Amino acid sequence: MAKSAKTADTVVPATGNGRTSEPTVIVDGLHVVYRVYGAGGDRGTASTALFRILGRKTRPTIREVHAIRGMSFVAYRGDAIGIIGRNGSGKSTLLRAIAGLLPPEHGTVYTICDASLLGVNAALMEDLTGERNVVLGCLAMGMTKSEIKTKYAEIADFSGVGEFINLPMKTYSSGMGSRLRFAIAAAKDYEILLIDEALATGDAEFRVKSHARIEELRNKAGTVFLVAHDLEEVEDTCNRVIWLDRGKIIEQGEDVIGIIDRYIDASGGEKVTRDPVTRKRISAPEPA
Amino acid sequence: MRSIRASSGSQLLNGARVTAPGGRDAPAAAETDGPLAALAAQYGLRPSAQRPSIGTYLTELARRWSFIMGFATARNIAMYTEAKLGQLWQVLAPLLNAGVYFLIFGLIIKGVSRGVPDYLPFLVTGVFVFSFTQRTFISTSKVITDSLPLIRALKFPRAALPLAYVMIELQQMLLSMAVLFVLVLAEREPLTWDWLLVIPALALLTLFNAGIGMFAARTGARVNDFAQLLPFLMRTWLYLSGVIYSIQLFVAEHSQNHGWATTLLQLNPAAIYITLVRQSLLESQRASAFGAKPYNAAKCYAWAGATTRPANANPREWRHALHQVHHNPPLPSGHPLSQFGSAYCHPTFISSHLWLFGVGWAVVALLLGFWFFWRKEVFYGRG
Repeated sequence: MAKSAKTADTVVPATGNGRTSEPTVIVDGLHVVYRVYGAGGDRGTASTALFRILGRKTRPTIREVHAIRGMSFVAYRGDAIGIIGRNGSGKSTLLRAIAGLLPPEHGTVYTICDASLLGVNAALMEDLTGERNVVLGCLAMGMTKSEIKTKYAEIADFSGVGEFINLPMKTYSSGMGSRLRFAIAAAKDYEILLIDEALATGDAEFRVKSHARIEELRNKAGTVFLVAHDLEEVEDTCNRVIWLDRGKIIEQGEDVIGIIDRYIDASGGEKVTRDPVTRKRISAPEPA
Repeated sequence: MRSIRASSGSQLLNGARVTAPGGRDAPAAAETDGPLAALAAQYGLRPSAQRPSIGTYLTELARRWSFIMGFATARNIAMYTEAKLGQLWQVLAPLLNAGVYFLIFGLIIKGVSRGVPDYLPFLVTGVFVFSFTQRTFISTSKVITDSLPLIRALKFPRAALPLAYVMIELQQMLLSMAVLFVLVLAEREPLTWDWLLVIPALALLTLFNAGIGMFAARTGARVNDFAQLLPFLMRTWLYLSGVIYSIQLFVAEHSQNHGWATTLLQLNPAAIYITLVRQSLLESQRASAFGAKPYNAAKCYAWAGATTRPANANPREWRHALHQVHHNPPLPSGHPLSQFGSAYCHPTFISSHLWLFGVGWAVVALLLGFWFFWRKEVFYGRG
């Protein structure tokens, strides 16, 4: 599947020379803080709450999670930026902040136009038929009714759920569900595309299909951010990489392979053997 | 698309470029507010998490109107898919609701229905109209917390969410209205042109609910305890709004002692919209409205349940009025409408006042609610 990136007929290559010097996303000193209520701190009983109020103490159960601690970088038109890092390092939060879904605590994210996350899971309702969910998901992405009419057949066809489209989504197998979700999300063209990992699910055939579609979206989009644990995918498709850890940038730049290798070293992963000249993986472990 | 290349200013751009290829240490201190903000300004980039102006926001909201309606319809359909009777519950739920109130206040506690003509349609209209407001208020107070995954995945004007919830409740309420129409006709209320006034009355109520829905959405999102408190507030409001008793009769009885309190009761938006719908649908309500008959103090006070003669009524009239009240059943069968006492009372608010206040409340609630919600637009995702 890694080869699909190379075989897809890319009008403008996503890597290397496709990049221009026109900035599309500027992240300037970004801090993002989540506030979690009821995250513990006291026993959470009525009497502790009462004493807390009587003692005029601030609520200890509000915990602040500092997910992104001071990040700055610039993305240009034509960039495909891979974001790597361990779980909880702030990758998804960064994407949401770029999309304007999470307000920054300090700093600013500037974008040339609205950035969109590829994904509509949240808008769909399991109790409804696939057909209704296609319409609902497209509406949620901001498509008009006439646009949906023209795209509907394409989405249903791409998802390959067949006559299940008339059944409630909760009757779908998990593979079918994710196929339909992907088909809906990928029906729109994006200017700044944010992809959060684990999109290409489903059986082997669908993985190929969805990778080709992501490739297509990526070529149409001006700038792509890709969060992935599959480092080989990042190597294949990104011209830049940003390595995050605990909300900070450890390293970033265009030396994609170098950074990935150092990241693998740091996280104690299995070493990758590379051809000394081309720096391509020689016997890359098959992705599970 | 990629060939668009900025010809000017690439020097400065390279100076500000953060990523030196292969740069090992990304200098955090070197990138202060200055160069990056300037770069953004130069290429016309805008902050992604910035509150749009009211105009832009409204345009964006209007563009999402089909999403709002689609979301509302989908939620309504999804609500009863688990139940065996399915969509029938859309009609059964309001019927049962009205049935419970009728059982308690129509059959068991008879005090409240005394003097109210056609109590069953009176009660059911009140319950249906009030529950529209009540359910809107309670559901919108939780809309932001409920929709957190949606808010964190897609960008759209957040006001679409409370508005969608208002539309959900509107659809439910329209179904209840269909039930109500059948019920009212079955009670042999005449079908008249006045029924058309239900449309503007409910339209105003919907605008009002949209306003308080946006207010509740922000309050519920910022103060989590609000959702706990709300059911109690709503019940208090219910009892203050003349849903199960007649505010008119109450006012007739008490206005001489508590002028300002009874005025407030009547100014209460829920009471105004309920009265407007009742007067549109129910002949007996129109006929018994304040000032529908020439002022007659004795009849007014006698029907309101007063036991002592008002100063401005002569004893003979007072005895006659008391006699009338005692010898008429609360629900007159032959429709001697002239006997409804409240019709003889001085109007503190006549129906044109009611309409004016109905419009006023709707406009004020909508404008303030929208402004209040919009102020915190970018904070709704934070949780």
